[in-house]
Amino acid sequence: MSVVDRPIVAPSTGEVQDSPEHHFLNHTHGFLSWALTLDHKRIGLMYLVGVMSSFALGGFFALVLRLHLWNFKDSWLTNQTYNQVFTLHGAIMVFLFIIPSIPAALGNFLLPVMLGTKDVAFPRLNLGSFYLWLTGLVLFLTALSITGLDTGWTFYTPYSIETQKGGAVLAATFGVFVLGFSSIFTGLNFIVTINTMRPPGMTWFRMPLFLWATYATSIIQVLATPVLGITVLLLAAERMLGIGIFDPKLNGDPVTFQHFFWFYSHPAVYIMILPAMGIISELMSVHCHKGIFGYRMIAYSSIAIALFGFLVWGHHMFTSGMADVTTIVFSALTFTVSIPSAIKVFNWLGTMYQGTVSLNTPMLYALAFIFLFTIGGLTGLPLGALATDMHFHDTYFVVAHFHYVMMGGTLVAFLGGVFHWWPKMTGKMFNDTWGMVSAAIVFVGFNLTFLPQFVLGSRGMPRRYATYLEEFQDLHRLSTIGSLLLGSGLVIALIVLMHSLFYGRKAPRNPWGGATLEWECSSPPPHDNFSSAPTVGDPYDFSGIEYDAKQGGYVKKA
Amino acid sequence: MQFPLADKVQAFAWFPDGASSFAPQVDWLFTFILWVCILFFVPMMAAMVYFMWVYRERPGYRGSTEALHNTPLEITWTVIPTAIAVYIFWEGAIGYLDMARIPKGTVDVNVTAKKWVWAFKYENGGENSFEKVGNADMPVLVLPVNRDIKLIMRSEDVLHSFYIPSFRVKRDVVPGRYNYMWFRPTKTGTFDLFCTEYCGDNHSNMLGKVQVLEEEEYKLALEKAVQEPEDPLERGKLLYKRLGCSTCHNAGSEGASGPGPSYNGSWGKEVPLETGAKEIFDENYVRNSILNPQSQARKGYGAASPMNSYAGRIKDVQIDALIEFMKSLQNEAPRAK
Amino acid sequence: MTAIQDSALTHDDALHGHHEHPEWLAHHFDDAEQQYDAGKFGMWMFLVTEVLFFSGMFCAYALLRNRNPEVFEYCSQFLNEKLGAINTGVLLFSSLTMAWAVRSAQLREYRLLIVMLGATLGCAAMFLGVKAVEYSHKWELGLLPGKFYVAQLGGHSLEHQGYLEYLCIVPLILTVSFFVYWIYSLVTKSSFHQQVAGPLFVAGLCFFGGVGLGQMLEAQEAAAHESHAGHEHAGHAHTEHTDHAHGSESATEATASLAGTASISETGLGPSEDVKVMKEALTTPNVDVNQKGMAGLFFSIYYCMTGIHAIHIIGGMVVITWLITKAARREFHEKYFGPVDNVGLYWHLVDFIWIYLFPLLYLIT
Repeated sequence: MSVVDRPIVAPSTGEVQDSPEHHFLNHTHGFLSWALTLDHKRIGLMYLVGVMSSFALGGFFALVLRLHLWNFKDSWLTNQTYNQVFTLHGAIMVFLFIIPSIPAALGNFLLPVMLGTKDVAFPRLNLGSFYLWLTGLVLFLTALSITGLDTGWTFYTPYSIETQKGGAVLAATFGVFVLGFSSIFTGLNFIVTINTMRPPGMTWFRMPLFLWATYATSIIQVLATPVLGITVLLLAAERMLGIGIFDPKLNGDPVTFQHFFWFYSHPAVYIMILPAMGIISELMSVHCHKGIFGYRMIAYSSIAIALFGFLVWGHHMFTSGMADVTTIVFSALTFTVSIPSAIKVFNWLGTMYQGTVSLNTPMLYALAFIFLFTIGGLTGLPLGALATDMHFHDTYFVVAHFHYVMMGGTLVAFLGGVFHWWPKMTGKMFNDTWGMVSAAIVFVGFNLTFLPQFVLGSRGMPRRYATYLEEFQDLHRLSTIGSLLLGSGLVIALIVLMHSLFYGRKAPRNPWGGATLEWECSSPPPHDNFSSAPTVGDPYDFSGIEYDAKQGGYVKKA
Repeated sequence: MQFPLADKVQAFAWFPDGASSFAPQVDWLFTFILWVCILFFVPMMAAMVYFMWVYRERPGYRGSTEALHNTPLEITWTVIPTAIAVYIFWEGAIGYLDMARIPKGTVDVNVTAKKWVWAFKYENGGENSFEKVGNADMPVLVLPVNRDIKLIMRSEDVLHSFYIPSFRVKRDVVPGRYNYMWFRPTKTGTFDLFCTEYCGDNHSNMLGKVQVLEEEEYKLALEKAVQEPEDPLERGKLLYKRLGCSTCHNAGSEGASGPGPSYNGSWGKEVPLETGAKEIFDENYVRNSILNPQSQARKGYGAASPMNSYAGRIKDVQIDALIEFMKSLQNEAPRAK
Repeated sequence: MTAIQDSALTHDDALHGHHEHPEWLAHHFDDAEQQYDAGKFGMWMFLVTEVLFFSGMFCAYALLRNRNPEVFEYCSQFLNEKLGAINTGVLLFSSLTMAWAVRSAQLREYRLLIVMLGATLGCAAMFLGVKAVEYSHKWELGLLPGKFYVAQLGGHSLEHQGYLEYLCIVPLILTVSFFVYWIYSLVTKSSFHQQVAGPLFVAGLCFFGGVGLGQMLEAQEAAAHESHAGHEHAGHAHTEHTDHAHGSESATEATASLAGTASISETGLGPSEDVKVMKEALTTPNVDVNQKGMAGLFFSIYYCMTGIHAIHIIGGMVVITWLITKAARREFHEKYFGPVDNVGLYWHLVDFIWIYLFPLLYLIT
């Protein structure tokens, strides 16, 4: 069964080339050819650089916090500075890194290639999304330099209305507004592309699961983000005009702000995790050289998570004094979302069963994901259950829970994806041994950082505390040591990637033995991806794919 | 319901000792959830490691490319987690309903939260005392053991949240409305109280102590609560803490070193204002600073978190007492900002 | 623009195969149908986001109205239904001209297309002109959002600045520029420029037409209030007056029952005095609505909703202008009219949102 009807032909020699001289990276030269590019692959790479830089910045703030928390009091930051640092850490990580990371960086690069088309539906809108993201970054950096943004990334009123005259809050809220539109337009682009530009033969159930995940994510991006937009706009109007909707001094209601805010921000966490799950589906099937177990269930569960995710925002507000019925209904709905996620994890384990497991960097990150995401998901159970949430809400237990899902989940999957598709994007192979070392160090460091925080939370330590009771100091110190280890692992991962750009060997077309369309074109792909619409088969049929030692990669035996 | 190893593990993990009627149910539910998690997680991870090893890529081994479905297995692992989830939800909900339905015949306490101090007012009109813990003065809430307590909570400024870990209770304190909470303390002792909704600079200093006492001791404590000392200086010292001045202003060796200016050594001297003018730190200056703080902000403190006015919340005799207190500090060394 | 087109087009023809892409068919689409479907679907997605965006404000409206319905009754007197109705009619008509424009594009009727697009633009401009008058009139009364709200005295005294002149500065500059452009196009005898400049200039004039219309009707209102102000307000039913007069009477009675006075003007509060919101009073009926936390909140919502709607109108006008330039270049035909169709969809949504805003804000009592 052949996947591509006509192989990719190099323009000059007419041969099929694994690592061609002419590809999208050197297709045109010069700053403007990148700054004004319409090529989704270049846009994806620019996003990749952008989000990884934002991650470094947010991570820097995280280390500042953890080092400050080494001492239970009289540490090196003032309370005010600490509050600003945790706000910036959260805001940068959520809005500049995690939400765009997989969809915008990896999704932009992969979606048309995996789908079998030349580009997304609206390439100019795609470039526009990138510039909106950049504008958001500039606004955030402005807020950073003005200082005074100390509201927490959640901007709860009335504190966010009255704090610090001086523009930092306004800069940050406008930044969030602009970033929201970047996200909306990316999602819109992806939905239209998948709906209208699938090549002949690519029915819905022949799409790779990464595309299902991207589609579900895009639905959330399009439906939820506008509500965030209006929320921060109204908050800005509160500060500038005193409109009073959220201000109790003017007969407004602070809890209304929370409803508006979480109506977006809960689906947002599914924007964060669904693409990550899509990556894991790809990684597990390719590196186990076996079709994904329960393909349809995974596809359906992605859509189910996207839709159910809209119904549960109130579980962030169980202690705010909502009516009892409301509170109980939100708790019940919260448990419904947990089941599809659990099914996915079982399916991934099922994929390993009787497969041929290759242990390499992407696979190690995928396995780490399964371990860490499962802990994250399971610790959501005591938070969704009302009686226990009364104790855990707003403590370090919650902090540990969401770091396990967002960092142990999304970040680890993102890294796995970056390593997995790095040869395709750059044409270079990286040093696999050191890549695996980075995965191991990240895994150990992460657990050392955040496991103690579960205990801290259940013993009563509240979050967003610059100083704390002495009895918590030992656990905090364990966590700080872990964070330094985690940071080192991440630095090693970055070095491995950067090193490969200069010293890595040339990548074959299909280094891992994947069966999806992106492994059919050269590494890196040519400018147009495919010269004509490819015919499509089963994205998880590995039966014809074998390793060719001469090439250093996998080829299709007919 | 005791789970194996529960008491050995208790001291190092999980919860502080439960001291309210809710604690057993909450602790039981958590332990149940914990065991469910362990019973799922351990086999899953064991399977993962096992599969990693047994199916690893090696010369001569080729895995199957089938094994993509197993409908009975899939149904099982959908139905069982769903049933468990429903049960956990159910237990959580009924535990919550116990917490939400406030019984009759409670001992009521009014709780007022403001940046960054708790204030408690008892049924007899008395207000809370303070206890020195390290450098800080913490408000103390006294409660009788084995009685139903109802808290009526309001905030004067921003969101706060009232949290006593040992009692397993928490409720947000929302400005513009009253929120209610109830519990029954079952053990005497002293327990920690935290503010657990971020509220600004000194959020992590907004702590308190809850003292649960036997009935007679409790009655005595209530009587003491009603009194403010006769002596103006003593009264001023108490009000300095009770009204929250100590959370922003340093006096003597007590109180926070920011964001407000220190009282030490200021009495009778000229102090510079943000506007560039100078004022003498006397009775009028103090009175004005309490009732209309923004009108004469001290130089260098203009951009700090603004102080709210106490107009309508402080009596003239109380202002006199505070003036006496500040006079007493005129020979104290001013502490740096 | 050219740099983008260059980077999209510079690759070997060999990779093209047998596809010949006409200029109007974007490179990454296989055929005209795919391009049309994608564009339309994309626009519908965008409209969904717009609906969700506005829904936040509709929610805020619902919450406030549910909590304090008397505020809405009181404030409705300040909204001129005649002007609102005119604006509704104008926008509905502009949806008609827009839909007609789509048809003209399909049929290659370029003159009609430009006339229809120009008419849509003109209606939009008139809408904005009327809006400008409405806003400035409210500012004269001190009806500002939230904390800037000024408590109203009985006589509708116009003590504040209306800033109408300032609102008209930018439209004036634009209209004059378009006039100059139009003269230029006549001088150079460029058919393209004439077709673009003409509608733009007419639109500019329509804005001031709207302003004039608005001023006229507001003056009528004011005259009606003058004759009304002469009588005692308490407890009269004047059948020849419109509903908003009843609204002010019921509010008057409400404050009368609270303050024990006969009319609003005797609350004893001047325009600059602060009014405290009593927490206990929030749950009692007939509380004084003439204050920041009440009427001020209503006007916050009013300005947010109509203001953001107006911003969307302006955005639509920019895009319609872009369509006019493309139409002047004869770029549309039966296989390529997607842009006109999709802008039409957007325009219908903007109209649709106004259809909801009008009764919710103007037709309360």
